[in-house]
Amino acid sequence: MALPVSKSRLTFWVTALPPLIWVVVFFLAPLAIVWAYSFGVNKGLTEVDISGTFANYARAIEPLYLEIFVKSIVVAALTTLLCLIIGFPVALAIVFASARWRPWMLMLVMLPFWTNLLDRTYALIAVLREQGFANFTYKWLWDQTSGIMALIGLAPLTDWQPMHLLYNNFAVILGLVYVHLPFMVLPLYAALDRLDRSLIEASLDLGAGHMRTMFSVVVPLALPGIISGIIITFVPALGAYLTPDLMGGPDSQMIANVIERQFKRANDWPFGAALSFLLLYATFFMIALRAVLARGSRLEAGHGI
Amino acid sequence: MATHPAPLEYNRRWPMRLWLFGVFFFLYAPLVALIAFSFNNSKRNIVWQGFTLDYYKKLFNNNELMLAFANSLTIAACATLIAVVLGAMAAIILWRFHFWGKSAAEGTMALPIVVPEICMGVAMLVFFTRVMPWPTDLAWPLNLGAIIIAHATFCFPFVAMVVRARLESFNHEEEEAARDLGANDWQAFRDVLLPHLMPALIAGALLSFTLSLDDFVITFFTSGPNTVTFPVKVYSMLRFSVTPEVNAASTMLIVLTVALMFVMMALQRRAAPTGKG
Amino acid sequence: MSVDQASLGHVRAGAVEKAKPIISFRNVVKTFGTTVAVDDVSLDIEAGDFFALLGPSGCGKTTLLRMLAGLEVPTNGQILIDGVDMGTTPPNKRPVNMVFQSYAVFPHMTVRDNVGYGLRMDGVPKDLRAERVREALELVQLGALGGRRPDQLSGGQRQRVALARALVKKPKVLLLDEPLSALDAKLREAMRFELSQLQQTVGITFIMVTHDQNEALAIASQIAVMNKGSISQIGKPADLYEFPASRFVADFIGSVNMLEGRLTKDEPSEAIVACPELAPFPVHMPHAVPGNVGAPVWIAIRPEKMNLHKNSVEPPQAPECPSAHNVARGVIKEISYLGDISIYHVAIASGRMLRVSRPNRSRWDQEGFDWGETVWVSWAGSSPIALLS
Repeated sequence: MALPVSKSRLTFWVTALPPLIWVVVFFLAPLAIVWAYSFGVNKGLTEVDISGTFANYARAIEPLYLEIFVKSIVVAALTTLLCLIIGFPVALAIVFASARWRPWMLMLVMLPFWTNLLDRTYALIAVLREQGFANFTYKWLWDQTSGIMALIGLAPLTDWQPMHLLYNNFAVILGLVYVHLPFMVLPLYAALDRLDRSLIEASLDLGAGHMRTMFSVVVPLALPGIISGIIITFVPALGAYLTPDLMGGPDSQMIANVIERQFKRANDWPFGAALSFLLLYATFFMIALRAVLARGSRLEAGHGI
Repeated sequence: MATHPAPLEYNRRWPMRLWLFGVFFFLYAPLVALIAFSFNNSKRNIVWQGFTLDYYKKLFNNNELMLAFANSLTIAACATLIAVVLGAMAAIILWRFHFWGKSAAEGTMALPIVVPEICMGVAMLVFFTRVMPWPTDLAWPLNLGAIIIAHATFCFPFVAMVVRARLESFNHEEEEAARDLGANDWQAFRDVLLPHLMPALIAGALLSFTLSLDDFVITFFTSGPNTVTFPVKVYSMLRFSVTPEVNAASTMLIVLTVALMFVMMALQRRAAPTGKG
Repeated sequence: MSVDQASLGHVRAGAVEKAKPIISFRNVVKTFGTTVAVDDVSLDIEAGDFFALLGPSGCGKTTLLRMLAGLEVPTNGQILIDGVDMGTTPPNKRPVNMVFQSYAVFPHMTVRDNVGYGLRMDGVPKDLRAERVREALELVQLGALGGRRPDQLSGGQRQRVALARALVKKPKVLLLDEPLSALDAKLREAMRFELSQLQQTVGITFIMVTHDQNEALAIASQIAVMNKGSISQIGKPADLYEFPASRFVADFIGSVNMLEGRLTKDEPSEAIVACPELAPFPVHMPHAVPGNVGAPVWIAIRPEKMNLHKNSVEPPQAPECPSAHNVARGVIKEISYLGDISIYHVAIASGRMLRVSRPNRSRWDQEGFDWGETVWVSWAGSSPIALLS
């Protein structure tokens, strides 16, 4: 099927060179420079001396930054877990929807995925802010309850206080779940769709209830897809910049925010470069893990996307 | 006449319906509210005060915002053009030939998809300030060059992915038939392979266009004071306050992406039956 | 009405007092959207039977089976298993087990774990479970393969796992959905025999869905022929073949020459049907047939119940009937040699093609008929089946 290069040398080079050169010049070279900077020291305002020092990496694992790293991982993991719990029934519902409903449900999941990230974050902020819809609804319920209590002779509730739903860790996780849910649902859907329905029916027929069937048949067989979903969600959540920046408080910075600060404000590029590469290594580790796990499971049922 | 749901009719059980309603409410209520209140005749209040198009008028008179919008569209169009050409080339090479280092090339091409945006953003920042400073005094739209290059770089692997998937369904015998009838490499490509790839090229172009419009992080690191894109502009407005004007701007962007998505779905539906040759 | 007619012809049906049925469908209806899959089916199945639901694809037979298993819920009507109304009882609470068409062997479990799965769900203690799994595997001759994974098994072995997995739960009824359709032809023949042996060994009622009439005739003790969501006829294999109640059943089971005619005489010891396609010779039967004189009627004759004769001026005398009846003259247009038998396609004067089959008893057919030869076709008075619908 695939040809050796010698068959049509000219065609090969004419077609291969443009993308190759582009990737090398505009992608690999910039990354390589950042990598080199991570072993350098700042000299003056714009000068970086690449001295081969590991000082930037040493600084990155100081408690202050290590804590942010650990926190980013915890936040991303929590986001992933919530997406899995929320998304699994949704994926299941799409798989078992009738042919008429299925494309619409898929579209409903895809649509936010296509909508601008900034738009979605902004929409969520508008809901959660102190004069937002969430607090507005809360106030209304509070006032009604208070009124009813007064009506039946109880002391009315105290003065209403808005909930602080924004600029804290809760907001960051909520925002990340909001943004990343489609990342989880789509690979889960792909895996569950490939599952032979008669396996579920056989399990029910043999005396297992729905929950036992889920955990003893559906989950093990969809495991490659679930792992794919976890990693596809975890990786961008770990490197998230916008959500913690716009929705987080002073203590909810994630690693990407620290990197941005080194490049845009603190002007400590070597240190920022080291942090970037630590994030990149973590990402590669997750992707390699997925490949290993995918190879490990010899099951044919669903390899995710 | 509603019968009891069969065991696998999960969607007819009320806990599942409740769950779905909850999830879709969570996903859509903020967006719907955002769109609705871009027409609300009130500056601060979240209570509906009546319909107005004032904020859209303001938006169209806001030169900075309109320039940012024009920038975004221009960048998306140029980046898409480059991404489609490069992506198609990469996909065809990886599909057509066996060569030394093929799997390395394959991995490298996929890399921009997996590298965190922030890492790519700083790489672009470093590259365009230290290695290849993009002249800031060029006439529009040439001054957008750096951002276009950055966008094309992260878009073209996605195009390659879509084209590659389409290539898998190509029947080699069609190309062999063209050769048999006397076509050379180029003619066989133009007359047989290219028509087969057309749906994937269009889908890849729309995908690339949306990704480019959507991008904030990488642009944030690449753009200068004169090359602000729409998301970057909205971001800076957002820092100050939540205003109906931003609602209106966001609504326009949502409508644009939704429209693009519908075009893509319609094209896919039309292309689907021709699946295998 | 159609069932009544069948019982005219055979003595055994209804002779024995019926035992309490193990399965009863009562006026069961199942619709999917606007399509009616099962249309008001009432059916009793007796304990110990090897019962086959036979019909073309889309006739509702699989839906009927799945409703019995609880995998589909009837739109209307009742299903009783051993006298208990199943209502909306979920599949995991029903005393029936199923062998799926795809076998549905769990790919992530060993053979032993597959077979033990149902017992584990029932909370059977571990050592008892191991014992019963071992027994079940021996029953299906897989004793040595307990540790294998399904992807290391052949199709036939996977089917045995599915059988053992269902039988180990000792269900009141075993349901089989097209159990042999995924096997190759040779293995299918062998498994037919094995399945009926297995049913006799375990003594459980088996209900099998199949679209293959040969399979149903070979294995089942009772067959229900289904068409368009309804049951056309129920009976023993030979009864269905020899005494079909309708054109559909006659045509679906085996092959048949179907001729349209008009009843011209109907007396207790003699009936005559005039078929324009057989003119000038009428069809004669030495018994009464249903229907009124002058009414249209269909005559069905099986190919193996027709005889070929060398050409002669006078028509040959057909057995059991007066001369110049039950005969037709024509030309052999085609001969299909199938080894055990040959099928002759004879074009008669009206242009109608008759299928006649003859066993190849001798390796050198002395009386061989040849392409293009003019022949007489005849049949005994007991061969034609008169059908009203």
